[in-house]
Amino acid sequence: MFKATLKSLLSRKLRLVLSALAVVLGVMFVSGSFVLTDTLQRSFTDLFSSAFANTDVSVSPKQEKGKEPEPLTPQAIADVKSVPGVASAVGEVQGSVRPIGKNNKVITTSGAPRFGSNWTGTGQEKIRDGRAPAADNEVVLGAYLASTGGFKVGDEIGLLTLEPKKTFKVTGIYEYAGGRESLGGELSVAFTEPVAQQLLLGKKDAFSSITVTAAQGTSDDALRDAVAAKLGAKFDVKTGAALAKEQADQINEGLKFFNYVLLGFAGIALFVGIFIILNTFSIIVAQRTRELALLRSMGASRGQVIGSVVLEAFVIGLIASIIGLGAGIGVGALLAKIFSSVGGTNLQLAGIGVPMSAVISSFAVGIVVTVIAAVMPALRASRIAPVAAMREAATPDRPLTKITIIGALVVAAGGTALGFGFNQASLTLIFGGILVAFVGVALLTPLLSKPMVSLIGRLLSWSMPGLLGRRNSARNPRRTAITAAALMVGISLITGVSVVLTSATKSIEKLAAGQIQTDLIISGEGQMEGQPASFKRDVLTKVEQTDGVSSAFGWASDGVLQGENQMFAIAPTDVAAMKTMFGLKPKFGDIAPLKDGQLALPEDLAAEKGWSVGSTVTLQLAKAEPQTYTVGFIWAKTQVLQGALVLPESAAKSFRSDQIGQAFVQVKPGTPVADVQKRVEPLFADNPEITVQDRSGFVKQTTSQFDTVLLMIQILLALAILIAVLGVINTLALSVIERTRELGLLRAIGMRRAQVMRMITVESVVISVFGAVLGLAVGVALGLATVQALKDQGISEIGFPWVTMVQYLVVAAFVGVIAAILPAIRAARLNVLDAIAYE
Amino acid sequence: MSASDGVAARAVDVWKSYGSGDAAVTALAGVSVELERSRFTAIMGPSGSGKSTLMHCLAGLDDVTGGEVWIGDTKVTGLKDRGLTDLRRDKVGFIFQQFNLLPTLTAEENITLPLAIGGKKVDKAWFDVVVDTVGLRDRLTHRPTQLSGGQQQRVACARALVSRPDVVFADEPTGNLDSQSGAEVLGFLQRSAREFGQTIVMVTHDPNAASYADRVIFLKDGQIVRELLSPSAEEVLDTMKHLDSVAVPHV
Repeated sequence: MFKATLKSLLSRKLRLVLSALAVVLGVMFVSGSFVLTDTLQRSFTDLFSSAFANTDVSVSPKQEKGKEPEPLTPQAIADVKSVPGVASAVGEVQGSVRPIGKNNKVITTSGAPRFGSNWTGTGQEKIRDGRAPAADNEVVLGAYLASTGGFKVGDEIGLLTLEPKKTFKVTGIYEYAGGRESLGGELSVAFTEPVAQQLLLGKKDAFSSITVTAAQGTSDDALRDAVAAKLGAKFDVKTGAALAKEQADQINEGLKFFNYVLLGFAGIALFVGIFIILNTFSIIVAQRTRELALLRSMGASRGQVIGSVVLEAFVIGLIASIIGLGAGIGVGALLAKIFSSVGGTNLQLAGIGVPMSAVISSFAVGIVVTVIAAVMPALRASRIAPVAAMREAATPDRPLTKITIIGALVVAAGGTALGFGFNQASLTLIFGGILVAFVGVALLTPLLSKPMVSLIGRLLSWSMPGLLGRRNSARNPRRTAITAAALMVGISLITGVSVVLTSATKSIEKLAAGQIQTDLIISGEGQMEGQPASFKRDVLTKVEQTDGVSSAFGWASDGVLQGENQMFAIAPTDVAAMKTMFGLKPKFGDIAPLKDGQLALPEDLAAEKGWSVGSTVTLQLAKAEPQTYTVGFIWAKTQVLQGALVLPESAAKSFRSDQIGQAFVQVKPGTPVADVQKRVEPLFADNPEITVQDRSGFVKQTTSQFDTVLLMIQILLALAILIAVLGVINTLALSVIERTRELGLLRAIGMRRAQVMRMITVESVVISVFGAVLGLAVGVALGLATVQALKDQGISEIGFPWVTMVQYLVVAAFVGVIAAILPAIRAARLNVLDAIAYE
Repeated sequence: MSASDGVAARAVDVWKSYGSGDAAVTALAGVSVELERSRFTAIMGPSGSGKSTLMHCLAGLDDVTGGEVWIGDTKVTGLKDRGLTDLRRDKVGFIFQQFNLLPTLTAEENITLPLAIGGKKVDKAWFDVVVDTVGLRDRLTHRPTQLSGGQQQRVACARALVSRPDVVFADEPTGNLDSQSGAEVLGFLQRSAREFGQTIVMVTHDPNAASYADRVIFLKDGQIVRELLSPSAEEVLDTMKHLDSVAVPHV
């Protein structure tokens, strides 16, 4: 039996390759993501252990929740120095710096930090060119910043710190051990100590941390304990090794997410792969019915027949897993290379490693998926009575009632899971629900395929070959349905995301058009990150005084803690102006003026918290002790300022930064907005991170990030679609083999090669477009469900990405043409006589 | 008609061999034959005699190793795939032993398939004559799976006739039928030749089938060895029995 199976497998190499490809791609993604994250993790661990190589013990102020830590004082350094066993204790100053490039744009990284420090001369950094900074207007640059920005010793460089743009003279460039330009793609500069303290911490004689080295004979742990004992509870004292591990772990936590995302897409790829393998095996088994029946009539048991099919699946799964694992290692290594070089992280890669997890998951996934997909057709094959199979009879169309009922139930189950998932914000339930719903829809597709295929086919069947192609695609509804369903998965996911993003864009547009009565919006980069760019208050005063400006206000914002809850707070400069421009309608109380110690919030947030006018709320601001506020105003729900607490202007002093992060300008009636924009823009000339935009520009900027998200998802899901295309090729190729005699007949009675190819192309396009239509329908449903669930999050409008949806249809038709090429050529090249005599 | 007056198809010193060198097998060894217009010709011979190969070569389904094949005024030998395909579509009709029909098409669609492929209009009057002759009027909307074997072969006959080809080639058309269905099909082929003037060439090994033909050609070892005009089944059988004793000049 074993030998017979292997023989049959090897005799159909094409079939083997086609059914294995889907598995190979899925496994490649799985192992690739494991290899990539493993490599990056080890690289980051190396990075941090070298970053803290010169640090035996590090002292930093103890972090309290929601509160900015008090910087360290010179006294603390003196205290550390007095501890026995301390060889040296150096105060370090560190803080965010955004360097401005020679093109007057801020230089960015893809995730690596940009920071400044005090030049201590005791760290691992070594001056490569020039000398250390000595005067207040002098800096040294990290070699990576110098090379990315094209700076040389003697150049001038503009830097943004806690203060607006300041220009410095570059006196030197430093590098790390071994001539490395950076540790991990970070951009760094170093000032003299007083300048660093002023610009980075905003305070004289302040330090971020103390780097301590141990004297000979003192262990790091002993030193840590001694320093901790001396300083008391207000300080965090850690060994360099512990710190390195902590920071590496933090990064690796982020990488884990990255890994999950990649594995998610691998999952989708495999999910689609299952459809294809299932279909391939169904067709193969159908074609082998006679062979299997012969085995049965010679005395093979049902178990042996099942075993033979499952064994075939096992062998295919095993081979595909091996190839997929190999390809995955290559892909992982390649991605790591890209990550370290193209990504601008300049990360020193640790050697490419193949973790056990990659090997185990590859084989488990590859083999299990293939065998599962093969079991159903195997069971069906074993049920066929030998005599029935030996007789020359086309497999009759089995009724679709059972499969349809099961499909409906599965869709309902998936929908329910999805509903609960949204309700309880459980990602597992949401994704589970979506996958189950996909299976359900796939089970329903055979029923749908009859009317849909004939509808789609009608558009393409103006000639005889077209008509034949259409009839062929309607011939086996199950086969067509599963092939189309594989394509459906990828397209529906992309469509779903597009619907959500389009709806969000439309909501933002409506919001901007209807509810924000402002003409100009001044905002900084990085609104979505922790610390957006901001500007000084006196600039806002200048904006107000600009010719043509009717009124203007701005706000500082920060996260605040209410008990254990992180909340978002703003402190506007002019609450009355905000009320008018945002059209805030009083629900309870009145907003203007907001007295010290009062706060305002939207009604839905008040309802969620159970607060009413007069309630007292204790908030922990970053730079102050906990403070109690009284609710003074609750405004009727609007789309703006959702979930925001409005605090009096005085609260800004206790924020991490009291500068203005966003400002809004109303222009005097009759004055062209563009003119005023031109007059306001120069006020921010020294701050390249701040943009002045009119409303439509603001909407465009806000929604432009959606395009990036969509593009990323499209790229990743392209793999799922690629696998689906393989599925179409597979189905067509197997159908061509199955219909060899028919093709021979058609050629004999005068069908030209080109006509044969057109016939197969039409069949392929019908299947692909059917899949795309299904995908669009399911995607719209998923998108609408998500929009419905996010209604409270501000997506109030429903928008359909019509253009994109039409594009997907066109792409699907194109994909159909591409998928048909090889099977069509094969069909056209058939030798007429051989084909007619084909068994 | 012109140069080939009275001849629907002819083979001139046709050679056909498969393989090369020592393994070469000669299927046709210098066959020359003219198939007269409006006649029903049967090609007979034991299996391996080359009768099917001769038909395939005559019909443009297979190329020849040497010699020439003509259908009407068209020289088949040397045509490229496109020319051969169009020739088969426009000038030749086919009836195979089995799997003659496309399962996705109705009987009517199967009958008009060659015309549809060529983008030609159906001659409605002729279509009706053919359909009535084969007696399929009430079966036109049926799919092949809903038809009996004899009905399927009659559909195939109608398809071969409906485009009025120069020659209809039938390859063991009754091989898979019971005797009554077979007789119906053969009778129909005979009538087509006599009443409609359709040239028909049939390959068969069944003496009874051959007895319906106007002319029977006997092949042995790739060469024509005998010929009978309007023979009875007994004569054909008798000739077949004695074919073994006929000397074939060796190559």
